[in-house]
Amino acid sequence: MSTDSIAWPQTETAVQPLVDRLHDWVTTVDHKRLGILYLGYALVFLVIGGIEAGIMRIQLIRAHNDFVSPQVFNRLFTMHGTTMIFFVVMPLVFGFANYLIPLMIGARDMAFPRLNAFSFWLTAFGGLLLYLSLLGANGLYGAGNAPDVGWFAYAPLTSRTFSVGHSTDFWTLSLLVSGFGSIGTAVNILTTILCMRCPGMSLAKMPLLAWLNLVMSGMVVLAISPLTAAQLMLLVDRYLGGHFFDTQAGGSAVMWMHFFWVFGHPEVYVLVIPGFAFASEIIPVFSRKAIFGYPVMVAATICIGFIGMSVWAHHMFTVGMSSNANTFFVLSTMAIAVPTGIKIFNWLATMWGGKIEFKTPMLFCVGFLFQFLIAGLTGIMLGAAPFDWQLGNSYFVVAHFHYVIVGAILFTIFGAFYYWFPKMSGKMYSETLGKLHFWLFLIGFHMTFDFMHIPGVLGMPRRIYTYEPGRGWDVWNLIVTVGVVFQALGTVVFVVNLVWSYFKGATAGSDPWDAWTLEWSTPSPPPAYNFSVIPTVQSRRPLWDLKHPDDPDWKYE
Amino acid sequence: MQMRGGKNSNTVDVLDTFVFVLSSAAVAAAQNTAPPLSPTNIFAPASTPAESIFGLSMFVLSVTAAIFVVVVSLLAYAAVKFRKRNNDDGREPPQVYGSNQVEVAWTVIPILIVVALFMATARVIADVQKVSPSANAIEVVAIGHQFWWEYRYPHLGVVTANELHVPVSDPQHPTPTFIRLLSADTDHSFWVPRLAGKTDLIPNHPNSSWIDPHEVGLYLGQCAQYCGTQHAKMLLRVYVQPRDEFERWIQQQRQPVSGTDVVSEGRRVFESTACINCHTVSGTVANGRFGPDLTHLMSRETIAAGAALNTPENLRLWIQKPEVIKPGSLMPAMELTDRELDAVTAYLETLR
Repeated sequence: MSTDSIAWPQTETAVQPLVDRLHDWVTTVDHKRLGILYLGYALVFLVIGGIEAGIMRIQLIRAHNDFVSPQVFNRLFTMHGTTMIFFVVMPLVFGFANYLIPLMIGARDMAFPRLNAFSFWLTAFGGLLLYLSLLGANGLYGAGNAPDVGWFAYAPLTSRTFSVGHSTDFWTLSLLVSGFGSIGTAVNILTTILCMRCPGMSLAKMPLLAWLNLVMSGMVVLAISPLTAAQLMLLVDRYLGGHFFDTQAGGSAVMWMHFFWVFGHPEVYVLVIPGFAFASEIIPVFSRKAIFGYPVMVAATICIGFIGMSVWAHHMFTVGMSSNANTFFVLSTMAIAVPTGIKIFNWLATMWGGKIEFKTPMLFCVGFLFQFLIAGLTGIMLGAAPFDWQLGNSYFVVAHFHYVIVGAILFTIFGAFYYWFPKMSGKMYSETLGKLHFWLFLIGFHMTFDFMHIPGVLGMPRRIYTYEPGRGWDVWNLIVTVGVVFQALGTVVFVVNLVWSYFKGATAGSDPWDAWTLEWSTPSPPPAYNFSVIPTVQSRRPLWDLKHPDDPDWKYE
Repeated sequence: MQMRGGKNSNTVDVLDTFVFVLSSAAVAAAQNTAPPLSPTNIFAPASTPAESIFGLSMFVLSVTAAIFVVVVSLLAYAAVKFRKRNNDDGREPPQVYGSNQVEVAWTVIPILIVVALFMATARVIADVQKVSPSANAIEVVAIGHQFWWEYRYPHLGVVTANELHVPVSDPQHPTPTFIRLLSADTDHSFWVPRLAGKTDLIPNHPNSSWIDPHEVGLYLGQCAQYCGTQHAKMLLRVYVQPRDEFERWIQQQRQPVSGTDVVSEGRRVFESTACINCHTVSGTVANGRFGPDLTHLMSRETIAAGAALNTPENLRLWIQKPEVIKPGSLMPAMELTDRELDAVTAYLETLR
C-alpha cells in the first residue's frame, strides 16, 4: 500500500495533456523519438504504396481489363515507385539508423540533434508534397494530377511539351526537398559514427550495424547529390528555358538516364546495406554465435560500396551504348557478386554449428537469405548485357527488383521491427502473430514475385496498363494478383501485432534476446539520455564479455 | 575445404545435366513452328541475334541454377541440423570467429565463376553489336511516335506504318534487315522477342538493330520503354515473307494510290477536314506526317498500332471515337456526321 502512495504522483506527472505530448513529439531532437517518427511515417506510406500496388494488380488480373484508365494506371505506378523508394524504405532505413546507432556505439544522441530533426521534417514534408499533387497539380491545362512520368522520369517525357500542368514539378520538388533531408541525415550518421563512439570502441570493435550504416551514409552523400543536381537542371529546363534534357532543342535524353542511374543504382545499395546490417545483428544472436569473419564482412561491405558506385549503366544496356561500354558495365556488375556472395557465405557460416532459435526476427532473416540469393542470381542474368536486351524493362526486371526490395530489404526490416520492438516499446510482441505474419507474407511474396518472372520471359513489358489476350500472360498475372491478398493480410497482422503488443504485451525487460550489443544494456525503452554512465568496451560483444567473464571475446579478437 | 571440393564435382554433374535438358528443350522448341507458351517467348528464338542471346541465356541459367542448388542445400542443412533442440543443455555453442582459409575459398571460387560468365557475355556482345550491313541487306528506318511506328525503306522508296515487312533470311544466303531506330518525340523501345533483344528509340540519339529471321511468319512484340499514356497499345508486328512475296509487297507499296482522279464524297470530306494535317495519301493534297501514312492503308491487317483489326466497323469507330479503342491516343475524335463517317470510311477502303 505504501508503494501506491509513492507511485501515484509519478503517474500523474507522466500523463500530460495530449497537446503537450504531441508538441513534445513535433519539437523533439531525441534520436530515439526521431527514429520512431521516421518508422511511423514510413509505415503510413507503406500502406498507401501498397494500396496503389493492389489497384494496379486488380487492373492486370486479366487481359483487356478496364478497372482503371491508362492515365490513372500511369499515375499509380509512378506514385507507387516514388513512394516506396523515397518515402517508405529510405525512412525505414534512416529510422532504424537513428534509433540504433547512438545506442549501439554508446553515445547519448546523434552528433547534430537539431540537424537530425530538420532532416526528418524535410523528408516528411517531401512526402506530403508528393501527395499534395493530387490536390494542387491540376494545372493550367487540367492535365493530370499525380505525376505520371514513371519513377525514373525519363527525359523528354518530363519536358513541358509532354508533361503539361504541374504534376512533374511536384515530383521534382518532392525529391529535391527529401533529398536534402537524406543528405543531412547521412552527414549526421557519418559524424556520429566517426566521432562519438564510447571509450574502447575502435572502428574494428564497432557492431557491424554501425559499419554498414557508415558505408550506407557515404553512399547517400555521393548518390543523392547527382539526383539533386538533375532535379535542379530539370527545373531550369521547365521554367528557365534550359535545354539540358530538352531533345527538341538539342538536349540529351541519355544524359538524364546517366544522372538518374548514377543515383539510382547506388540507391539500391543504400537500401540493401542496412538490410545486411539487420541480418548481421539478428542472425548471430539467434544462432548464439559471433558473426563469422567480421573483418571480411566489413571489407566486403566497403567493396560493395565502391563497386556499387560504378555499375549504374547496367540499367542502360538497351539505350545503344558502344560494345566497349556495355562490356565494362557487365564486368563491374558481375564483380559485385563476389563481395555479396562472401556475405551470404559468412551468414551461413554464422548459423553453422550454432543453436538456431527460429523466433520471428530469425525467420525473416532466413527468408531474406533465401530470397536475396535468388535476387542476386537473377541479377547476374540481367547483368549479362545480351540477356538484359531481352529481359530489361520486362516483368522479369520488375520481379527481380521486388525480390531485392521486398524479398531482401523488407524482410530484414520486418525482422528488425520484431527484434527491436521490445527495446523501443518495452513490451514483447506476440510470437504467434509474428509467425502468422511471416508465413502469410512469405506465401504471398512467393506467389506474387516468383510467378512475375514468367510473363517477363514471355515478352510482357512493364508499365503497360493492359495487355493483349493470346500472349500466354493471363494465368501468371492472375496468380501474381492473388499473392497480393496474402501479403496484405500479413501486413494487417503485423500492424495489429504492433498495436496490440504496445498496449497489452508482456513487459520485455532490458535484454529479452540475451544479446550482446550495448543497446540491450539500457532499460526498455531507454531513457532520453540513453546511458547514465557512458560504457567502456573491450570487444565487439561487450555484453558477452559481461555475461561470460571466464571466456570474454577480447581474448580472441 | 574438403567439403567444398566434393560439392564442386557434384556441381559439374548437375550443370552438365542441366545444360543437356535445356538444350534438348531448345532443339524441340526450334523444330516447332508454333512457339511454345507465347508468341513473344524469348526462349523461342528465330533470328541470329535472338539465338545468340538464347545460347548465352542457357549458359547463365545453368551456372546460376547450380549456384542456387549448392547454396540452398547449405542453407537448408544449416537450418535443420543446427536448430536448437528441445533437450538443449542451455550452454552456448562453441564460438568461432572466422577462418581465413574458408574465406579465401569462397572468394576465389566466385571470382572464377564471374570470369567465366564475363567472357561468355563479352563474346555475345561482340557477336551481336559488331555486325555491319552486308551488300544484300535490307535497310529500314523505324521511327517511334506516340503511340505508333513509322517504317521507311529509304532504298526502296516505301513508307508504311505499324506493320514491318522483311524477307526471310536463308542462313546459306543471308538477307538480314538492318533497322535504324529514331524517335519523333519521347523514348520508345523496339522489342520483338523472337527476333532480337530490345533497343531503345531515343530522340537525338540514333540507334540500330538487326534481324535475320529464319522462318516465315508473323512475329509480335510491343514498345518496351514507357512513352506516355498509350505505351501499352503501341504494338509491333513483323511479317517475315518469302523473298518473292516480299518483292511483290514492295512493288505494291510503291504503286501510286489508285483512282486519284476520282473525287468521291469521302475523299472530299477527308481532304477538307483536319485529317490531312496528320496523314499522308501520296498523290493527293494529304501530306501530314504526324500520323501514319494511309496511302496503302488497306494492305494492313490492323489499325491503331495493332490495337484493332482493320475492318470497316473498326475503321469507322476509330474515326468517330478513338478513345474506345485506345484512350489517350493522339488521334482526335473527328466529330463527323454519320453520312460523312460512312463516306470517309468508304474512301479509306479504296486505299489499297
